[in-house]
Amino acid sequence: MRLYADSAKCCGCRSCLVACSLNLFTENNPRKAALRIVPHFPEPGVYEVKVCTQCGECAEVCPTGAIQLNERGAYHVVADLCDLCGACESVCPEGVMFVRAELAEHSWKCDLCGGCVQVCGTAALWIADEKTN
Amino acid sequence: MNGYGGSILRVDLTSGKVSKQPTPAEVAQKFIGGRGFGAYFLYTEVPAHADPLGPENKLIVSSGPLSGLMVPGAGKCDWTTKSPLTGGYASSSLGGHFTAEMRYAGIDSIIFEGISARPVYLVIDDDKIQLLDAASYWGRGTIEVEVALKEKHGEDFQVAVIGPGGENGVLFACINHDYGREAGRGGVGTVMGAKGLKAIVIRGTKSIPVADMDEYRKAGMALYRACIEAEGLKPWQTYGTTIVTSWCDEVGALPTRNFSAGSFEGGSKIYGAVMRDEIVITDKGCFGCPCPCGKYSHMKRYGTYVEGPEYETIGMLGSNVGLADIQAVAQANLLCDDLGIDTISAGGVIGWAMECFEKGILTTKDTDGLELRFGNTEAVFKLIEMIAYRKGLGALLAQGVKRAAQQVGKGSDKFAIHVKGMEQSAYATHNATAMLLAYMTCDVGAHHNRSWAITYDLQVGRDLVVPEKVARIIWLQDFRPMFDVLGSCRLQWVELGIDRDLYVPVLAAITGVHRTWKDLEEVGARIWNLTRMFWARENEGFGREWDLPATRFYEDPPTTGVTAGQITKLEDVQRLLDMYYEQRGWSENGLPTPETLERLGLRSMIAA
Repeated sequence: MRLYADSAKCCGCRSCLVACSLNLFTENNPRKAALRIVPHFPEPGVYEVKVCTQCGECAEVCPTGAIQLNERGAYHVVADLCDLCGACESVCPEGVMFVRAELAEHSWKCDLCGGCVQVCGTAALWIADEKTN
Repeated sequence: MNGYGGSILRVDLTSGKVSKQPTPAEVAQKFIGGRGFGAYFLYTEVPAHADPLGPENKLIVSSGPLSGLMVPGAGKCDWTTKSPLTGGYASSSLGGHFTAEMRYAGIDSIIFEGISARPVYLVIDDDKIQLLDAASYWGRGTIEVEVALKEKHGEDFQVAVIGPGGENGVLFACINHDYGREAGRGGVGTVMGAKGLKAIVIRGTKSIPVADMDEYRKAGMALYRACIEAEGLKPWQTYGTTIVTSWCDEVGALPTRNFSAGSFEGGSKIYGAVMRDEIVITDKGCFGCPCPCGKYSHMKRYGTYVEGPEYETIGMLGSNVGLADIQAVAQANLLCDDLGIDTISAGGVIGWAMECFEKGILTTKDTDGLELRFGNTEAVFKLIEMIAYRKGLGALLAQGVKRAAQQVGKGSDKFAIHVKGMEQSAYATHNATAMLLAYMTCDVGAHHNRSWAITYDLQVGRDLVVPEKVARIIWLQDFRPMFDVLGSCRLQWVELGIDRDLYVPVLAAITGVHRTWKDLEEVGARIWNLTRMFWARENEGFGREWDLPATRFYEDPPTTGVTAGQITKLEDVQRLLDMYYEQRGWSENGLPTPETLERLGLRSMIAA
């Protein structure tokens, strides 16, 4: 299972980012979310959504073993094991592995909680099996 | 204080000094935030009879306790000032993402005071706040300046910027944000320009604490669910505010050729469905909105992009000036946005000037050779530019339709469509008494958003002049603007019909203070009466006369369309006011009585 995004449907409202930060950190803070919306305005006028594909490259390079599979089959960060070395961030192909010492004491990523999907009013986000999506 | 950023940022543009003070708890208790804070600071801090364009006037930007949180449509902030257009209270609501950044930077209100000797812009990066030189941006359009400021400071900053209209003193200049969201009405951009402030660039990265996290998340999610499951979601997302264009045309509410009619023979060319098919490329939502009404459009003919046009712009720069061409309307929208002038007032003054031209009151001698006839696209484009730079006829129109008509004379005031000097927004109110009263008594002049009652008129009988109609208007005026106080959008309630009681637990969980809608409506009434007293304080002889609608709506019935031959007689207009004042607890001249002020806890403020 993984999170999917259809950028053409995204309206850039950032509801997903707040829902994500609430689930990951129990905080209201779109800058502590595990997906990204990149606006391309005034031209060509589209939002580009970047989400985790659960490819696992972050887990492979993590020297402390902090990125592990959870019960949903998603890679998530075990906070206590992360030393903010940044190896994961540098290999993430989608730019959705976050290491921001000024914002959090550990790195973070999508753990497939689905909070973002619940608040998306334009159905731009969904969770599905890679084989059936 | 839970649910608040906690600080008021004060920017003295004369000295260049920036300071913060804690958000006063007693003000939060009585006025809650957003538009309430704006009204409070305006009344208590701007000295009586201050020149709107002088150093004593203030520009107050306020978010509300819901802003930036997981609440549908929590992307609204309020811009309040003494209006240079009307001489009274101005409060304009801005959507987009600006208010969220304010909240994440820990700021509830920004108060701009004084005047800078040279053009500057303000940069807020959490607690790092500085005024920077704006000389290289001054004189340039809002779109390119927003691009430049994001390139310079970072794409994750939000920008609010004025254009040449605000710099040049057009009295209905707006403030542009996120390539097409505006604080549009009443000349808030004019005040920003007079202060020498070109732009505000803001980023906040702090978390917003709430009183009860679990309850907040539960209640916030319930609101999202209600929106997403609403039957009206799909059509609203598809068409946004333009969903009403065809309806307005059918019922005679679409302003046509300077409000001389309410139905437009070219209407079908500017309907929402045509716009969606022909020019819309992306839905564009304000912060936190699951039902985005914002539409981003590409006009192939002109090779340009614009956010919109919204219904109001289609009415005012489409049918009201006789344009039956969605691409041309969208292009006119873009010109206004980039030059920083309000599309509603622009459509109002251009429609009036066209009628003057058609009647021979203005001639090509006055228009620099422009054939200012209804439907002349090039003339509309040219005139927008002339207004923004105050050139030729544009200088006259830049003062707004009330002053322009006073100067031109020759009976042109009879078709100057405004209340209190503010051009009427896009609902023709021939024989629609609730909407007419809403415009007459609106706290900023002839604007629709406080009390939108045109569908109600059609439901109950458009010509009825009864106390129930008046009560409905008062209820809407006290209730709807509360969304501007809370810092979120009203359209989830208006358009999707979600239960407004769903907001009660979320507000309580955020602030830790339980307030019912009855409590909130009392705050709404408090603000309504305070701003009424502001009008009275600032304008000698203020009273009933100021609440009269444009003459056209009681003297000059349309000759075409479904409202042909229909007006509201002046005696009925006066009856509406009699009932309104009585129900409000105001005198016969339309001023709050001492008892009313006492009841709303305003007596001591007014006396001071």
